[in-house]
Amino acid sequence: MDDKLIIGGHEFNSRFILGSGKYSLELIESAVKDAGAEIITLAVRRANTKDQENILDYIPKNVTLLPNTSGARNAQEAVRIARLARELGCGNFVKVEIMRDSKYLLPDNTETIKATEILANDGFVVMPYMYPDLNAARDMVNAGAASIMPLASPIGSNKGLATREFIQILIDEIDLPIIVDAGIGRPSQACEAMEMGAAAIMANTALATAGNLPLMASAFRAAIEAGRKAYLAKPGRVLSRGAAASDPLTGFLRD
Amino acid sequence: MVKINGNDCDVSGMTISEYLATTDYDPKIIAVECNEEIVPKAKYDETVIQNGDVIEVVSFVGGG
Repeated sequence: MDDKLIIGGHEFNSRFILGSGKYSLELIESAVKDAGAEIITLAVRRANTKDQENILDYIPKNVTLLPNTSGARNAQEAVRIARLARELGCGNFVKVEIMRDSKYLLPDNTETIKATEILANDGFVVMPYMYPDLNAARDMVNAGAASIMPLASPIGSNKGLATREFIQILIDEIDLPIIVDAGIGRPSQACEAMEMGAAAIMANTALATAGNLPLMASAFRAAIEAGRKAYLAKPGRVLSRGAAASDPLTGFLRD
Repeated sequence: MVKINGNDCDVSGMTISEYLATTDYDPKIIAVECNEEIVPKAKYDETVIQNGDVIEVVSFVGGG
């Protein structure tokens, strides 16, 4: 079945975007492999001369890098980080992530719209992380976003689809890929989001905090694939009340 | 004095290339910014660090 995820004109077979934070570099390669991931996120930070390890050495070469702008508190800082990421020489994808709040780590949609416009005009493939709000998502589309990345629940919480109804509205109304990012803690939640019609799932903490990271990566992969297939298969109706027999209502062994 | 990644450094008058040669940074995996303007790798040899400059040297790390 030809079912590609298309972001900014680039085609992907995998619908699982992997984070690379909070676990050892040695696990990245097997996480990518077991997740079947074709996109991995990274952050930009001050370089450290003591720790000479280069994370890029651990990422398979066919994987698309998706730098984020974490640490940015406004559009200007996000643009600055995105340009530094591009200067690091690994493509023009960027996940815009702007937070003013350090307790809940909620994204600032207004600043994110501004950064999306500047970066899209500068040739980036912009994937804004956002609080699921239809008006903000429409503004991001108009600003040139390549996908929309609404949060399921607060970053790192593993709480699942707390914003389910609002993500469904985005899926129904926005013509770009809706990639559920942040808060997905279990494969069942990822599967549910995919059944709803999400285009992809981004997860990091769910894997980093699992007892067995590669095994959890493969569980997520299976769940995301199952959810996608179920979405394409068009799930059956739900009765509001009563029952509907699955067996013939004739030929009973009685008169 | 020059600020590099938040630390005071006495490197004014050096080029970016000369400064990097005094450090353990791997030039292949870093990006350099001077006063919030990116310094392209091709300009490391000709960009002279001035007194009062604020320089950032960044690289990729794991993140979501």
